[in-house]
Amino acid sequence: MSALIEATALEKHFAFGEGRLLSRRSGRLRAVDGVSLRIAHGETLGLVGESGCGKSTLGRLLIRLIEPTAGAIFFEGEEITRRPTKALREKRRAMQIIFQDPYGALNPRMRVEDIIMEPLLIHGAKSDGPTRQKVSEMLNLVGLPRHARDRFPHEFSGGQRQRIGIARALVLRPKLVVCDEPVSALDVSVQAQIVNLLQDLQGELRLTYLFIAHDLSVVKHISNRVAVMYLGKIVEVAEKRELYAKPLHPYTQALIAAVPVAHPGNRASARAARARVSGDVPSALHPPAGCRFHTRCPYVMTICRAEEPKITEPRAGHEVACHLVGSS
Amino acid sequence: MSLLEVAGLTTAFKTRRGEITAIEDVSFTLAERQILGIVGESGSGKSVTALTIMGLLPNPPARIASGEVRFDGTVLTRLSDARMQKIRGSGIAMVFQEPMTSLNPVFTIGEQLMETLRAHERLSPKAQRERAIEMLTRVGIPSAALRLGDYPHQLSGGQRQRVMIAIALACRPRLLIADEPTTALDVTVQAQILDLLLDLRDEFGMAIIIITHNMGVIAQTADRVLVMYAGRIVEEARIGALFDRPLHPYTRGLLECVPSLEQDKARLAAIPGTLPDPASRPRGCRYAPRCALRIEACTAAIPALLGIQGEHAAACIRATPS
Repeated sequence: MSALIEATALEKHFAFGEGRLLSRRSGRLRAVDGVSLRIAHGETLGLVGESGCGKSTLGRLLIRLIEPTAGAIFFEGEEITRRPTKALREKRRAMQIIFQDPYGALNPRMRVEDIIMEPLLIHGAKSDGPTRQKVSEMLNLVGLPRHARDRFPHEFSGGQRQRIGIARALVLRPKLVVCDEPVSALDVSVQAQIVNLLQDLQGELRLTYLFIAHDLSVVKHISNRVAVMYLGKIVEVAEKRELYAKPLHPYTQALIAAVPVAHPGNRASARAARARVSGDVPSALHPPAGCRFHTRCPYVMTICRAEEPKITEPRAGHEVACHLVGSS
Repeated sequence: MSLLEVAGLTTAFKTRRGEITAIEDVSFTLAERQILGIVGESGSGKSVTALTIMGLLPNPPARIASGEVRFDGTVLTRLSDARMQKIRGSGIAMVFQEPMTSLNPVFTIGEQLMETLRAHERLSPKAQRERAIEMLTRVGIPSAALRLGDYPHQLSGGQRQRVMIAIALACRPRLLIADEPTTALDVTVQAQILDLLLDLRDEFGMAIIIITHNMGVIAQTADRVLVMYAGRIVEEARIGALFDRPLHPYTRGLLECVPSLEQDKARLAAIPGTLPDPASRPRGCRYAPRCALRIEACTAAIPALLGIQGEHAAACIRATPS
């Protein structure tokens, strides 16, 4: 399969200042630090990691909502990394994003119809009959009633607001949609509706998803392949069944072992499996040298503290950055 | 005798739209050393249940419309503020979801721990310090003596929650209420905190009420479970029975609508509809508008929570023993 979007050696640094007023030092936070990935047409790539790992930053970089510090992005084979905003407009139609917080992402003073119509107007449509018709079709597609058009966001529940956010993202008929934690702010009984909706829409509109989440169960359910991020780097990528059944990176193993059990009968075995990884994620401002996971890794070796592991591909389609895999 | 007995508890709030009952007719008991899980979504009343037990809801706007809470033989719902203050901390302690906003940002964690100790026990400053170090060490804060002088912002989210647990347990309460204690934490840290709570129950012999929206957290920790929906208990069961033979359609829906690592599903069994607005709840069974098993009788009256099989109870007229 050909790649819809591809990134090579992508980096995003943020400047920061820290310390007291007089002894203030400045530094660079490497939120995304040398990430390469590709997403094929029609595929869902899941992106998991804990807070501060850079997964949302990576999602925004890919669709150029923010500018990369280094690296290249190719969309349908064309480099879009440094293309000026004006020339990017056609590509932008094809790349949209759905945000986590359906409360904060919608303008509270706009009617639902105007919210969904706005992207069309920005891309040159007129506020006329055919455009309104497109909005009605979108509402229908995401499962909202026709009369939702004339209401304001606060009149809707969280799940319905997320449907409005989805309608707004899809009204331009994009090819790639970055879903940034689209269900984590929703009640459990509503999450499944939105996950099902995203899957249905993917089939109907032939969408490609980058699905960003911290919930490994949801990511496993919706993705074809899954990438695991830790402190700005992708540490492992594989087809989802392969990744969950045979995780190679100790961090991936720890993440999977930390998922709460689905049945109380598995409590004891789950606990035994996760006993070895301890501590919190280190600050991204001062990531550990060598392999960034070495401070928490139960299998840490001398080389891990000194040298950063390179990405290897021990099995076809299964990439991992870990000294254990290289040495075995 | 049970450590905690909650009987017919109804808590109402004054709002601009009139008085709204946040919880209705909530009854349950909790034995010493037991872990009770309360699971529910937003508006289910799980947090209001906890805050009512703790006497932490301001009146007005909140008031206990009926029912009582009995802790270790004492009726808490009739105690004066001063006597309730003595029970909080040494009898019942609470840990909240957001460890950053529950800790005071301008005091060191050592000062906050020792303040709790001082409020309930007569200890010399030296003994206070020793106990504070002991508690921090016990909850897994490395080099605790050095960390006493740290301010909350110097700690990670997981460490802050450990400090909150240390403060809650400083006076050896007999009941710990943990309200979404891991919701704001990362997955790997969540697992560590849940394991810590289980270990502390074994070591200190306290009972725990753990409040969550996450069935996984329940599966991981609870001995018994209450399922709440729109202000009422809809099911009560021992942990194994709840997962193996859920009786209420809502409980079944909750268990089926989440994806699991252990089993692949082509499509999730979503529960249709949305949670009811507390100001305009449906007539009869509150789950009826979303329920696939709904019959006409469901909307006639609120179903009572009835024992179906031994201790396993459900508030559903369609529930039958399996």
